[in-house]
Amino acid sequence: MKVVVVTFPGSNCDQDCHRAVELSGGEPRYLWHRERGLSDADAVILPGGFAYGDYLRAGSIARFSPAMEDVVAFARQGGPVMAICNGFQIACEAGLLPGALMRNRTVRFHSFDQYLRIETTDTMWTSAYEPGQILSMPVAHAEGNYEADPDTIDRLEEDGRVLLRYVDATGATSEEGNPNGSARSIAGIMNEQGNVMGLMPHPDRAMEAVVGSVDGRGVFQSLARHLNGPGAK
Amino acid sequence: MTRYQLEVRVVPRTGLLDPPGKAIHHALHSLGYLGVEDVRVGKTIFLQIDAPSGREARGRAEEMCRKLLSNPVTEDYEVSVLGEGEVQDGTDS
Repeated sequence: MKVVVVTFPGSNCDQDCHRAVELSGGEPRYLWHRERGLSDADAVILPGGFAYGDYLRAGSIARFSPAMEDVVAFARQGGPVMAICNGFQIACEAGLLPGALMRNRTVRFHSFDQYLRIETTDTMWTSAYEPGQILSMPVAHAEGNYEADPDTIDRLEEDGRVLLRYVDATGATSEEGNPNGSARSIAGIMNEQGNVMGLMPHPDRAMEAVVGSVDGRGVFQSLARHLNGPGAK
Repeated sequence: MTRYQLEVRVVPRTGLLDPPGKAIHHALHSLGYLGVEDVRVGKTIFLQIDAPSGREARGRAEEMCRKLLSNPVTEDYEVSVLGEGEVQDGTDS
């Protein structure tokens, strides 16, 4: 699988994503935000960071970069787009995903390992996990508080488009298990077509035991399985 | 062409949790300002726009609000024309 990682000025997880693709048997390539061209891409990653310094609102300026025009067109044609952390914020601003990411309830930057629960495995992003599987992945954000109008959130739930929730150590959703205050503990969602996923936790930073967790591998394995066909491992 | 000074106020939508506002509310209470009922934090953006009329300048600012300056999911905006002046030749237009 050929995966393009878009680098914005201020991205800081583009190398993690590049490596995560390599570790998953894919061929990664960077695309600078001023560049165009996704014709060779099987999938695109919008990485974490602080694109354009998060000025105005996180992701609000990045969405107007030339590369994003191509990413939006790629997504509209059904191309898989994985939007992690700042990438999730950019994808929401660009209208690829519903809702918005507001300031954490604590008004603090959160940087710690967070428990998550896989809510559905019937997607190109989560097929390598078990339903209800509890994961631990790093989170690193100040604006991760997912909000949308109640109808939108009901629709996400009904369609099975909530992929991940924040949970506590017992695997249950709770106040303390949802530190940023996201609506219904939502940590990751996908669009209606299922080809765009946004999540605040970092699967790209949970790929190797040496960094503390390998729970992020499943996201990349799921994508590889989807792109390579059911016969591939 | 006239140069208009405009003020854009972007505020979190009423009814949505505003964590910075809540934190400031707490801080004010702990300073003894007990009568403060609610605090909401927004931003103010000052624009200078050259346009044939104030109406046109305001229209452009509102379009900027919809496209970039505010997030329609979580924020409301308000545009006011603060003042106007002549556009002089050789200025940084």
